[in-house]
Amino acid sequence: MRRARDPFFWGLFSAGGMLTALLLPALFLVAAITAPMGWFGMTGYEEWVALASHPVTRGGLLVVAFLAFFHAAHRFRYTLYDGLQLYHLDALISIVTYGVAAALTVLAAALLILVV
Amino acid sequence: MPDTVKLEVFRYRPEGEGEPLYETFEVPYRDEWMVLDALNQIKDHQDGTLSYRWACRMGVCGSCGMTVNGEPVLTCATYLEPFLPGPIRVEPLHGFPVIRDLVGDLEDFVGKLQRVKPWIIREEERSPSEGEYLQTPEEMDAYKRYSMCINCMLCYAACPIYELEPGFIGPAAIALAQRYNLDSRDEGARERHEVLAEHEGVWSCTFVGECSIVCPKDVDPAGAIQRYKVDATLDFFRSLVTPGRSP
Ligand code: SF4
Repeated sequence: MRRARDPFFWGLFSAGGMLTALLLPALFLVAAITAPMGWFGMTGYEEWVALASHPVTRGGLLVVAFLAFFHAAHRFRYTLYDGLQLYHLDALISIVTYGVAAALTVLAAALLILVV
Repeated sequence: MPDTVKLEVFRYRPEGEGEPLYETFEVPYRDEWMVLDALNQIKDHQDGTLSYRWACRMGVCGSCGMTVNGEPVLTCATYLEPFLPGPIRVEPLHGFPVIRDLVGDLEDFVGKLQRVKPWIIREEERSPSEGEYLQTPEEMDAYKRYSMCINCMLCYAACPIYELEPGFIGPAAIALAQRYNLDSRDEGARERHEVLAEHEGVWSCTFVGECSIVCPKDVDPAGAIQRYKVDATLDFFRSLVTPGRSP
């Protein structure tokens, strides 16, 4: 079981790190700068909502959120585990960190389905 | 330039005072001297009981690794000059039990090295009459960097995880496992996987990267570990979608 756990969570961690490093600056650039400035023909809020509510965009955003949360959870788990040397609490730390990531992913899914 | 420089040398004599202490020696200063030359001056002219390892004096044997002013270095390749005006603190490599003075215990490291089977494994050996195993320059490039390791253990001394989790198989052992895994003549990757895929194999590593910074041979053990993690992870997810395949 432990043999499967390590590559599984490390896979989410590394995929999440790579994806967020690539996508977040781009998302930020578009959402916070080019769109509000009206560059490249993007104008207002409505266009954004239309774009975000497309099923493909929703699915993509959910994947990004899922991987980003698990990336953060894994990093935080090792910060507690190695950084604070809480080896005896590894099981508890794992359940809490990955559990929070899972809960946030569900929340993100709910927001994407209900709000957008 | 000063005429002399002071060295604060870690001393541990189990049969003597029993407690480690620092002893200060004043040695002549020479521009071209390495830290090891200063230790040899002490050994030859001041205190013949000072114990430390060294052999080749040219950065190849890997035996003179020590901690100089807090950094793990090969003392035969480290000038005195950047540490002026001194004093220069010389200690054994961190993370290893000390046997005497600057001599650390290598047993743990050697045991770990053997566990990853750092030799070419063949399912069937060819007989010499069948000729040599040919290899292209590209095939050699795939592992050459990892083959430069001189087992100096500076990477272990620099690794915070090795200090915290003594079971961690460690940077050089993983780099050497990869040296053989990536060799086109080798067929032992499965056997090494048994050891590397443990939690105390590659997964203890959190990619601090200090090992690759201190390595005097530019082996890049951190890169070797990351690469193994990527391959093991891809294998694992592939085995999920392809039933019957073991990770
Ligand atoms: S990987 Fe580098 S630092 Fe580590 S033992 Fe080999 S040569 Fe020394």
